[in-house]
Amino acid sequence: MHEEIIMAGFGGQGVMLLGKFISEAAMEEGKEVSWLPSYGPEMRGGTANCHVIVSDEPIASPIITESSILIAMNRPSLEKFEKTLKKDGILFMNSSIIDIEPSRKDIRVYKVPLNEIANRLGSQKIINMIMAGALIAVTKIVSLETMKNVFEENLTGSKAKFIDLNIKSMDEGINYIKNNYNI
Amino acid sequence: MGKKILMKGNEAVAEAAIRAGCKYFFGYPITPQNEIPEYMSRELPKRGGVYLQAEAEFAAANMLYGAAGSGVRVMTSSSSPGISLMAEGISYMIGAQLPCVIVNMVRGGPGLGNIAPAQSDYMQAVKGMCHGDVHLIVLAPSSVQEAVDLMYDAFDMADLYRNPVLLLGDGMIGQMMEPVEFKESTNKNLPPKTWATTGTRNSPDGKRRIINSLSIEPEDLENLNIEIQKKYKTIVEKEIRYEEYKMSKDLDIIFASYGTTSRIVKYVIKKLEEEGIKAGLIRPITLWPFPEKIFENWAENSKAKFFLTVEMSAGQMIEDVKLSINGKKPVYFYGRTGGMVPEPKEIIDYAKSLLKK
Repeated sequence: MHEEIIMAGFGGQGVMLLGKFISEAAMEEGKEVSWLPSYGPEMRGGTANCHVIVSDEPIASPIITESSILIAMNRPSLEKFEKTLKKDGILFMNSSIIDIEPSRKDIRVYKVPLNEIANRLGSQKIINMIMAGALIAVTKIVSLETMKNVFEENLTGSKAKFIDLNIKSMDEGINYIKNNYNI
Repeated sequence: MGKKILMKGNEAVAEAAIRAGCKYFFGYPITPQNEIPEYMSRELPKRGGVYLQAEAEFAAANMLYGAAGSGVRVMTSSSSPGISLMAEGISYMIGAQLPCVIVNMVRGGPGLGNIAPAQSDYMQAVKGMCHGDVHLIVLAPSSVQEAVDLMYDAFDMADLYRNPVLLLGDGMIGQMMEPVEFKESTNKNLPPKTWATTGTRNSPDGKRRIINSLSIEPEDLENLNIEIQKKYKTIVEKEIRYEEYKMSKDLDIIFASYGTTSRIVKYVIKKLEEEGIKAGLIRPITLWPFPEKIFENWAENSKAKFFLTVEMSAGQMIEDVKLSINGKKPVYFYGRTGGMVPEPKEIIDYAKSLLKK
């Protein structure tokens, strides 16, 4: 397996953490991983992205120039990174707030209304984990069980109460894909 | 070795330093290395050490001087402009033969520049850090794991040679996360620090120690220089490190690259291979001492048409590559500056254009 994933969105949408959790889960499953953030004077509402590579082989460059998967949480991210997708690459887009269609016709597209699902769950903070569910449902990049372990390892102390919400969000993402796409 | 954990380069370097026995950290914040002082400020006091944020980088360098004089393991970290400010203190430490570890997570220059990754401080690190006939041992990691492993070695080398050691990373090494494993501690048997100012009650001969970088008499200063240069000769003999990647006699191209850029070059080599072009890479891990012989050997014993040095600079390491090869093969350069990272396609296109020459 060799996946090169660009995850991008507004600051605050949780793309960095999404990338970290997927990387950690893949590492626990014995994969080679790298996580490279955009960094700088960024803030909530600004743009953020990270490059995540998950591979069976040692990773040469951590910089992605051709992605196999793009996660676009907002419209600027789709516009900026759509061209990096390989032919037959997979696009996950947050259809709640992206009001345009992807211009590429040679890719697979999964539209997930993250904000609507999050509203139902009662928190906008977990749209990243809904997306994690969608990603896992389509690509099986990591197992659900490992992701649950990662939640438990990272959400400790006062954050432990969020474990259930994260798992529930991920499940919602998986269910949305199962109910709306043939996979 | 412990469990693999996913960690940012900066944090991993800080953790490695603590495990290597670093007890004092002095520094001043600057992006893209802020996670090092942040981690140190949180962890070092819990583990028997002291974290102190200096009022500026030159103060930090002089705090290092003082603390190193007492024989404990000390370090600082900064990024390009901050390292420039430390230069005077670093020369004093070399003059006083004090061990310390300095981390430079290089950012784009000149001036305040920006915070993106760059390799534009190569010359400063290996040749012109500061006044006097001086060298720092310069280690250049290309992954988070290597940065961790080199931190332990950096402290050992600093103590062994009583000279500052510089870990030269870049913003990308500092910011990226990769799985790492940590050794519990360094394990080298090092000579006791009988020179340290630990008080007359603690010194083996009951006499006081003086640590100084001023030698007014030219004869004395020349003797100090001779002693330092003798040390440097030993370092050149014993400490050179490099990686050879896909090197063989029948290559078309030999790449030279270090740190982050070398990883991009490895990807380029795989891509060229798919097109039937054979290329290999010599990756210096010690930038000083520079692995001259390996470059010379391959220049003499390879069918390669040329060497191609790739850097995130306007061309700095290429001078050492040229000196090592000494005219035996052409040496070309590809680089980006200002925090721009060269893309594989640019390097591939340039390499192919050179093959057609």
